Amino acid sequence: MDKNRHEVLAESLTRILAERLVSLHKLFDELTIVIRAKDVHSVSEVLRDHEDLGFDTLVDLCGVDYSTYGDETNALGQSNGRRFAVVYHLLSVSHNHRLRMKVFAEETEFPAVDSVMKIWPGANWFEREAFDLFGIVFSGHSDLRRILTDYGFVGNPFRKDFPISGYVEMRYDEEQKRVIYQPVSIEPREITPYVIREQNYGNGHM
Amino acid sequence: MAEIRNYTMNFGPQHPAAHGVLRLVLELDGEVVRRADPHIGLLHRATEKLAENKTYLQSVPYMDRLDYVSMMVNEHAYVMAIEKLLQLEVPLRAQYIRVMFDEITRILNHLLWIGAHALDVGAMTMFLYAFREREDLMDCYEAVSGARLHAAYYRPGGVYRDLPDTMPKYQASTIHTDKQTRIRNQNREGSLLDFIEDFTERFPTYVDEYETLLTDNRIWKQRLVDVGVVSPERAKALGFTGPMLRGSGVEWDLRKKQPYEVYDRLDFDIPVGVNGDCYDRYLVRMEEFRQSNRIIKQCVDWLRKNPGPVITDNHKVAPPSRIDMKQNMEEMIHHFKLFSEGFHVPPGEAYVGVEHPKGEFGIYLVSNGANKPYRLKIRAPGFAHLAALDEMSRGHMIADVVAIIGTQDIVFGEIDR
Repeated sequence: MDKNRHEVLAESLTRILAERLVSLHKLFDELTIVIRAKDVHSVSEVLRDHEDLGFDTLVDLCGVDYSTYGDETNALGQSNGRRFAVVYHLLSVSHNHRLRMKVFAEETEFPAVDSVMKIWPGANWFEREAFDLFGIVFSGHSDLRRILTDYGFVGNPFRKDFPISGYVEMRYDEEQKRVIYQPVSIEPREITPYVIREQNYGNGHM
Repeated sequence: MAEIRNYTMNFGPQHPAAHGVLRLVLELDGEVVRRADPHIGLLHRATEKLAENKTYLQSVPYMDRLDYVSMMVNEHAYVMAIEKLLQLEVPLRAQYIRVMFDEITRILNHLLWIGAHALDVGAMTMFLYAFREREDLMDCYEAVSGARLHAAYYRPGGVYRDLPDTMPKYQASTIHTDKQTRIRNQNREGSLLDFIEDFTERFPTYVDEYETLLTDNRIWKQRLVDVGVVSPERAKALGFTGPMLRGSGVEWDLRKKQPYEVYDRLDFDIPVGVNGDCYDRYLVRMEEFRQSNRIIKQCVDWLRKNPGPVITDNHKVAPPSRIDMKQNMEEMIHHFKLFSEGFHVPPGEAYVGVEHPKGEFGIYLVSNGANKPYRLKIRAPGFAHLAALDEMSRGHMIADVVAIIGTQDIVFGEIDR
């Protein structure tokens, strides 16, 4: 997408969404808008139906847990202590442009965002996935079940406080002659330490 | 009078036509499908969570294991997302190599698809033909990366190494005499590029063979025509991409519409279907064989004439050469830091979509400046396609479900992630 069309899209977004737009960011060649959770349905409808926008395809929808992100001034869109965000990647096949829409769920204990399944039916499974992995509830979704995790799974594995090895493991028990669940027996370990360097680290020694 | 009611039937997860571990709960009215509820996740490995606990480089091999029949294209989206965040220049030769291998991968993927799809529908021979050609292409993979499937060949900043000058050869054995072995090795005497060129010369005739077997085949048409029809509007709303969208008549291909790497320098066409049924999607993919072949030819031609570096010389991201590493203190430090701590990616987020053989494969990468991704989301094309299985198969006979699964080109590595 060339520069000019970017600016045109940014302008029309500012004009059409007006006060419903919390912020608009441009990074590399991608536009990101942040909107409030209560506006999700109305904004999505505008994004799909307005002739200048025409986002006819929802390419991707995913949850993000910002709880350990650190310096939030680095993130696109300020979370202000809100933990969960839902990120929509929209594509307009007719206009050939893309947009990222970010919504922060207001609550942390019971994160909820309106479903966009009625606007883009393709959102169905993506919302189920975000519900499964992050525990974000999509109100208005007709069939919000777990999708990727095991039947009877407890917890939301992609939250940052969920350990990578999980809580339970499965094995065949010789005595009971069936597969049983038990607490994980492996020690958590970190092979490569997690490092964030200060800005301009090492630049003086080039 | 007996009460008539629908009954539910379980299909899979261990079923040869389920293309892996698909479990389908079908609600049937006689032999007509009223509702199809796919249960997925039996191959869920939480790749995205694992990637959060690995350095950027360590996750490259995980990408191969997503869609395990189009390995290098998965890597491509991932390394492109990292390159975007790092604002890294990739040498032109590396871009051509990547495009060439993307197209080789597309042929590999479509070969498996046509083999499995035809086998599901009842044409045994296609499978054998498709695997004969896959063998040659996997030899290309092996020659360049050392692995036949999980290549880990693309790296942030380029590709792991340049194309080799020799091809591995067959050796005589008790089964193959010296004379036979010489014949089998005929096209392996030169470099990898010679071998690929020889393949592109042969391949169009192979596609003709497939088409003679299938395109006008009465049974094939009876099984595919007017099965699983999706209108263009519906296809867009459902998030279809790739051949599934093009089969419905939407002219959309990221290689043309939002070109990445060197696709804008290459000459190729996008095939588009008309009716949006399984047969049109079959025709679209058959034409993609020929178009990919065309792209490979152009890449081979360019790569012959233009030697050069294949990975960036920014040694904070890509390793230095072995000789430099052993002779230069600074390069030694770079090498050590790169493989112990890994490189750091500046804070920010990026989404990169590539035209995967199955549709749009996207990587959404969020970084907070650490040596590991903060969040990695993999947008798998098959996930959106399989979600529409219910809608596509409603009102069809139970045997058509198999044809629809075949036409969607389902691979569970990417759907379950």
